[in-house]
Amino acid sequence: MDLQLEQIGHRYGDMAVLDNINLDIPAGKIVCIVGPSGCGKSTLLRLIGGLEKPSAGSVVQVGEPPAGSFNPLTYVFQDFALLPWRTVEDNVRLVLEDHPINKTETNAIIHDVLSRTKLIEFRHAFPRQLSGGMKQRVAISRALAVKPAVMLMDEPLSALDSQTRELLLDDLIRLWCREPFTSVYVTHNLNEAVRIGHSIVVLSRRPGRIREVVNIDLPLEQRARGHIELDRQQTHLWNIMRDEAIAADQELLSG
Amino acid sequence: MADSREVAFRGGGFAPQAKPWVGVLVFITVICIIEYGTRQGIISNLTLPRPTDVLATFLDLWRSGLLWSHLLPSLSRLFVGAALGATAGICIGVLIGLFSLIRAGLVPLVAAIFPIPKIALLPLFVIWFGIDEASKYALIAFGTFTPTVVATYGAVDNVDRTLIRMGQSFSLSWFSIVTKIVLPGAMPGILSGLRISLAIAIILLVAAEMLGAEYGIGAYILEAGSLYDLERLFVGVTILSLLGVLVSTLIGYTEKRLLSWRG
Ligand SMILES: Nc1ncnc2c1ncn2[C@@H]1O[C@H](COP(=O)(O)OP(=O)(O)OP(=O)(O)O)[C@@H](O)[C@H]1O
Ligand SMILES: [Mg+2]
Repeated sequence: MDLQLEQIGHRYGDMAVLDNINLDIPAGKIVCIVGPSGCGKSTLLRLIGGLEKPSAGSVVQVGEPPAGSFNPLTYVFQDFALLPWRTVEDNVRLVLEDHPINKTETNAIIHDVLSRTKLIEFRHAFPRQLSGGMKQRVAISRALAVKPAVMLMDEPLSALDSQTRELLLDDLIRLWCREPFTSVYVTHNLNEAVRIGHSIVVLSRRPGRIREVVNIDLPLEQRARGHIELDRQQTHLWNIMRDEAIAADQELLSG
Repeated sequence: MADSREVAFRGGGFAPQAKPWVGVLVFITVICIIEYGTRQGIISNLTLPRPTDVLATFLDLWRSGLLWSHLLPSLSRLFVGAALGATAGICIGVLIGLFSLIRAGLVPLVAAIFPIPKIALLPLFVIWFGIDEASKYALIAFGTFTPTVVATYGAVDNVDRTLIRMGQSFSLSWFSIVTKIVLPGAMPGILSGLRISLAIAIILLVAAEMLGAEYGIGAYILEAGSLYDLERLFVGVTILSLLGVLVSTLIGYTEKRLLSWRG
């Protein structure tokens, strides 16, 4: 299943947040979205997942979601959004409870996703007992459990310290290599973007428009830290973004 | 090098810890001081009764079997009235929290009812429900209802919205979102609201029994008061205090069980 954004525009009151966004999200690819703070990245993600209605344009789903997908458009939130009163496995169970699957199947799915994210030993722990990185892995397992067609990730790693982020980024890449998933991945971090994105969409400052789309052909499993090609792309992205960022910063200062 | 010293500790505190014996110790100390004062004549018998005399009166009451004939009707009034009021309060509070229309309609009404001293309405309840048990239940229920409503919709309002968005983003049904996210999230606030509501229920129990009840702790206190029988008055008051402690302990126990996830 592919997604197509057609002339998406969005405004809050009389503040335009997004303007004329056209974008294809092909199945099995990770599309990164970067842009200065406040340019509407999170808003765009909410529009794609149907949590908000765009003021203009539409998000079109091309083709059917894969059979057995319980929740085609699934989010991974920056702040994890785990229920503190449920254990790790019950947090995953939550999103399966409304679907007509029996207990053994549910348990099999939970076991599968928790082992993919190496959380089996912690399945009876409560969120407060977990580190930030583990919490986000629980949130990722929960998203995987509903067999999403597209994973919508809003800065999934930015609440984590840089070492944990590095490890979890490797985990995500490994997950993708084992079983490619489609994803829209919003991030502030250009290094993250060049490591995990098949294409990287650079948005301008508010109102967010597409400045440039950078495609990186290097396969994910070959994108080691400090790869020359990646460094070049990262510098290129930074050059585009720097001017936008400076201008956005000035705008915020002057109110 | 200049003189060196350890950096002084200034953290700590603001974290309640379980120290049950401290409360008991305070009780015992206060009672001992009163006992000592009344025996020495520093406190006259007209000001405060001697704790040992109060205890003796209590034991008499117990042996005569009258304790139960006063306590049981009171307990059943408290139980029925508070259960009705709290249940209705939680239901209406959740509805106010969930539906804007109900909120717009009922919040002003609740705000208007809240400050009315329910005791003032007792004659009205007698007219509506008769002089029997029903009017007592109604008074207690009505008094428990308003604080429970306010605490409950406040608790529902305070449920983390990102968790609700999360539920929606996984296409959970409305019913699942309410029962699995909103209600558990509101539970801490609802329970701490119940602490206040149930204390109010005990206050109203006595008020209800002071009017036309033959048996009941309130009737017992009223009778002792009109005779200026301080020992019996204090026996009654002590029973009420113990009832309050009991209720608060029960809620504490419920909190421990339902909110164990808070650690
Ligand atoms: N519900 C809302 N109502 C009104 N304004 C909003 C709302 N949500 C976002 N905005 C505004 O829209 C703009 C874009 O917000 P958005 O959160 O999408 O930016 P972002 O690119 O994700 O920023 P960041 O990088 O800081 O996460 C901001 O100026 C924000 O204040
Ligand atoms: Mg954002």
